[in-house]
Amino acid sequence: MSGSVRTLVSPAVLARPRGRAAYWTVFTGVVGLFTLAFLFPVYWMVTGAVKSPDEVARTPPTLVPESWSTAGYADAWELMQLPTHLWNTVVQAAGAWIFQLVFCTAAAYALSRLRPAFGALILGGILATLMVPAQALVVPKYLTVADLGLLNDPLAIWLPAVANAFNLYLLKRFFDQLPRDVLEAAEIDGAGRLRTLWSIVLPMSRPVLGVVSIFALVAVWQDFLWPLMVFSDTDKQPISVALVQLSQNIQLTVLIAAMVIASVPMVALFLVFQRHIVAGISAGSTKG
Amino acid sequence: MTKTVERPPALRVRPVKAASPAGDRRRRRLTDHLRAYGFLLGGLICFALFSWYPAVRAVVIAFQKYTPGSDPEWVGTANFTRVWQDPEFAAAWRNTLTFTLLALLIGFAIPFVLALVLNELRHAKAFFRVVVYLPVMIPPVVSALLWKWFYDPGAGLANEALRLLHLPTSNWSNGADTALVSLVIVATWATMGGTVLIYLAALQSIPGELYEAAELDGANLLQRVRHVTVPQTRFVILMLMLLQIIATMQVFTEPFVITGGGPENATVTVLYLIYKYAFLYNDFGGACALSVMLLALLGAFSAVYLRLTRSGEEAA
Repeated sequence: MSGSVRTLVSPAVLARPRGRAAYWTVFTGVVGLFTLAFLFPVYWMVTGAVKSPDEVARTPPTLVPESWSTAGYADAWELMQLPTHLWNTVVQAAGAWIFQLVFCTAAAYALSRLRPAFGALILGGILATLMVPAQALVVPKYLTVADLGLLNDPLAIWLPAVANAFNLYLLKRFFDQLPRDVLEAAEIDGAGRLRTLWSIVLPMSRPVLGVVSIFALVAVWQDFLWPLMVFSDTDKQPISVALVQLSQNIQLTVLIAAMVIASVPMVALFLVFQRHIVAGISAGSTKG
Repeated sequence: MTKTVERPPALRVRPVKAASPAGDRRRRRLTDHLRAYGFLLGGLICFALFSWYPAVRAVVIAFQKYTPGSDPEWVGTANFTRVWQDPEFAAAWRNTLTFTLLALLIGFAIPFVLALVLNELRHAKAFFRVVVYLPVMIPPVVSALLWKWFYDPGAGLANEALRLLHLPTSNWSNGADTALVSLVIVATWATMGGTVLIYLAALQSIPGELYEAAELDGANLLQRVRHVTVPQTRFVILMLMLLQIIATMQVFTEPFVITGGGPENATVTVLYLIYKYAFLYNDFGGACALSVMLLALLGAFSAVYLRLTRSGEEAA
């Protein structure tokens, strides 16, 4: 109990017996609501996959599985070729992440520190794309990717990922705020631009690089429409597209198991970095 | 880096000391620019190819008959009139706008109230934040498939819950009049976590003295919400509202995965229609005409959003 922050309800009211009773009632209610609304569906998914096909179709359903069978998970792994699709997703996400880190960082550094000719115009052009919602442009973007011969190629994910005005602007604004004297000292010491970027700017930018990395990875892992368009070849599809394509003619328990497997990497990433992610979202909102 | 040796003979008459630094500086400046562009190049090419060019191209193809592999033909506004006359066009816009409105009503009030309550709780704070954000980290395709299963008329959990409460069962995503609401529930469930966390952050920035002062003035709980909390968070509320409008107008995954646009076109959205024109009808002209319309509308919303954030930043 910190007690230092005053919120809607005053601490004096909470200290009274009636206030305390009301507090714990609300608290229990919210815990119950959250468990039911957010945890229970996930529980239902994870346990649905271990039920037998008969049990999962039964009404009324069983709250705790009668039989614990890992056959659903094993079948999903084999029948739906999950290793292939998971690997495709990892390759696509990791590549997009690396491409963004390299090219967005370099471009943001140039725009922030190197003052190139027409820099303001370029920045304006980049920021203008924030006004153009990405999904509304998928068809001409698809045609461009097709013209370049990049269909069914991970480059179709990697290269467009670099054109991310939000992440680039995030980086540029962070670089803008780095202390001037440190960078100038490096220059006086004879460090070149690349050297300054690599050994001065980047080490100082760890927090923003972390945020950009998480955004980049999550965006690719969660995307559906774009990979659906550019990967018609089943063997190249990421897990999100493959799940939907295969969901039509596969046993329910197997599909549910595949859904659980598809969720594990992002949920694990979240649980590991939850402090940073939650803090990042909260900070990002108030600072724009 | 003195390169006076290479100086053309005509210049030799000029006093060397005055000319050299100026020429040097100009040359230095040019190499500076070139080096800066070296850093910029990769990003610039990607923006040009995948952001700027497609935006221009959408407008161009909207006035063309375009089939990949053959030469495009100019057709004037034929694409727009054809798309306009498609009975699905009206349905798609109506559904998209209804979806956006419902998402605002449901997906807006609930997270705000939740954040308000969470902000009062002094225990298990981390638990609440993690749990509310958990669905956001589940891939949208998985949440769509999960809810499709919940809505299943046979062994679906949604009807099971209604039966448990002795309520009449519903057709959920399989009924023409309930399908859209069912999808809004899925979208809200899946994205609410981010909204709640942002509201929480905004609520925590409200100075406690304001509540104390309001209390001394005799304001009760609801009055404090109305006269302190809402005005103090108005900017964030407006921001999230616009962002949500922009995001929900582009809804695709839920209708594609759960209902396939049905039943009876009840859940066809604009983006879904764009997808159909391009990949089912192979009509890229029509798809681009639709994209341009969506772009114009969303662009207007985005412009308002950016204008507001910019002025908000200056005020802060």
